[in-house]
Amino acid sequence: MTDAAGTIEAEQSRDIRKRWLLSLPALLIILAAATGPLLIVLVYSFLAPGPYGDVQWLASLDGWISVVMEKDIFDGTFSLADAHVSIFMRSVVLSLITTVLTLLVGFPTAYFIVTRPEKTRELWLFLITIPFWTNLLIRTFAILEVIRNEGLVNGLLLKFGLIARPIQMLFTDGAILTGMVYVYLPLMVLPLYASMEKLDFRLVEAGYDLYATPFKVLRKIIIPLVKPGVIAGSILVFIPALGAYVTPSILGGGKNMMLGNLIELQFGQGRNWPLGSALSITLMLIVMVALLVYVRNAGSQGSRHG
Amino acid sequence: MARTFSIRRQRGFTTIAMICFFALYLPIAVLVFYAFNSGESLAAFEGFSLRWFAKAFENQQVIDASLRSLQIAAVAATIATIAATMAALATTRTDAYRGLTLKYAFINQPLMIPEIVTAVALLIFFARIKIWTGYSGLGYLIAAHTAFCIPFAYLPIRARLENMDLTLEKAAADLYATPWKAFRYVTLPLLWPGVLAGFMLAFVISLDDVVITEFVKSAGQDTLPTYMLGQIRRTITPEMNAISALFLFLSICVVTVFFVVNRKRV
Repeated sequence: MTDAAGTIEAEQSRDIRKRWLLSLPALLIILAAATGPLLIVLVYSFLAPGPYGDVQWLASLDGWISVVMEKDIFDGTFSLADAHVSIFMRSVVLSLITTVLTLLVGFPTAYFIVTRPEKTRELWLFLITIPFWTNLLIRTFAILEVIRNEGLVNGLLLKFGLIARPIQMLFTDGAILTGMVYVYLPLMVLPLYASMEKLDFRLVEAGYDLYATPFKVLRKIIIPLVKPGVIAGSILVFIPALGAYVTPSILGGGKNMMLGNLIELQFGQGRNWPLGSALSITLMLIVMVALLVYVRNAGSQGSRHG
Repeated sequence: MARTFSIRRQRGFTTIAMICFFALYLPIAVLVFYAFNSGESLAAFEGFSLRWFAKAFENQQVIDASLRSLQIAAVAATIATIAATMAALATTRTDAYRGLTLKYAFINQPLMIPEIVTAVALLIFFARIKIWTGYSGLGYLIAAHTAFCIPFAYLPIRARLENMDLTLEKAAADLYATPWKAFRYVTLPLLWPGVLAGFMLAFVISLDDVVITEFVKSAGQDTLPTYMLGQIRRTITPEMNAISALFLFLSICVVTVFFVVNRKRV
């Protein structure tokens, strides 16, 4: 503060100092047990792996190179690591399909809830909220029980003689997809609902007055107006799906890995912490890009609608 | 009665919504149903029985893991709620000041980073600290849980604060209340539903965590979810269903209370 600072300005700076002190505990806890350690991951990704896990303090780019390349053990040449590339592809593709499917199911569901009368609306919303609050592990376990070889689906199909022996559904990409759609669906419905709650149905009415068909009203009026909710929901589903660990490890088994499982492997049996660190940073970068796209879209959306 | 034209109607949406609700609850219903199976397997329902619940209650590992889960959740949610309340007071009802956006970003950071990445980061970081200090107690799990609970506790508290103006606090100050007294007797009672909602959200989030706990825990520090994860990978008996059903019941209780508290918005 300068000498010329008035009492109001002094008051303000004291207020700001107080506000910093108040927010200090939260900031420190997050710095110590969430953000800070991320920097260590970045450092570790440039070190050499230790023989029994951990790292050796030698600078090395091997961790980063092994993200997509693999070294031939005989002649030392590099080639594309097919296993890693296919895991990357599976993660991205499965997450995208999950996002689209949850949107296709979640949009009508959110719309259904919004168009209920005031009294029952709360109940429907409550029904969506319960799975949202229920342990993800339990919900994945529930899907496991339904699609196992001895599970509900196979049991019913066998009983009605539609199949001779159980269909292997567990430990496939389809199983991971089913599980992810199931566990992340509430994350799509809730922001869609929040966005649709503000929908002005007079605009819908105006559309019908101008002889629009219901589909045209949906496409030209409702969807553009709830676009922020669509984007928020998609982001909320896509990000955790991309980093999913529990669902693919239970429903996908050891073979159908996603990025989360590949990362875990490097810190477990793989004993390659630098590679695991590099993979983690890569995953984080993909998420950052997705978030940037979101911020940009949300920003332009906001300015257009005032 | 003839169907009247409704501008809100979209063809097929109700059907999809009904299928959606059905699909959301069917697997959970099956899970709970088989918890009451008297048989050993999950393939056939052999009759109603509570034996698996009894077995779960006699299983020392389950009891230990449950108590540990509750202990971590209680401590982590309490610290997180206090820190989040302070942070919310510091970041609302003010003109923008330098560093405010940074604070928002920082507080919400655990929501934006994939859990597996945070888990790996904490594994590395805490492994070092364990070697340096020799301490390997529950402190690491509590610290990790507190950190990722803060943004969840912060959301409802901040939402509540933003709907409160400063008039009453100013009135209190005019009547010579100290800042602490104004907070204790004016702000806090008004803010309380938000604080409670924040605490419950944090509590459930901590209770449900699998990934970060799985990576941070030392040997013998299983929480209920990590214990269950370990069991699911081995042979599954209806005991797992019984444990899940009880866990489910607890979650539904908390969410019901949360709903009731949040509905009474003034």
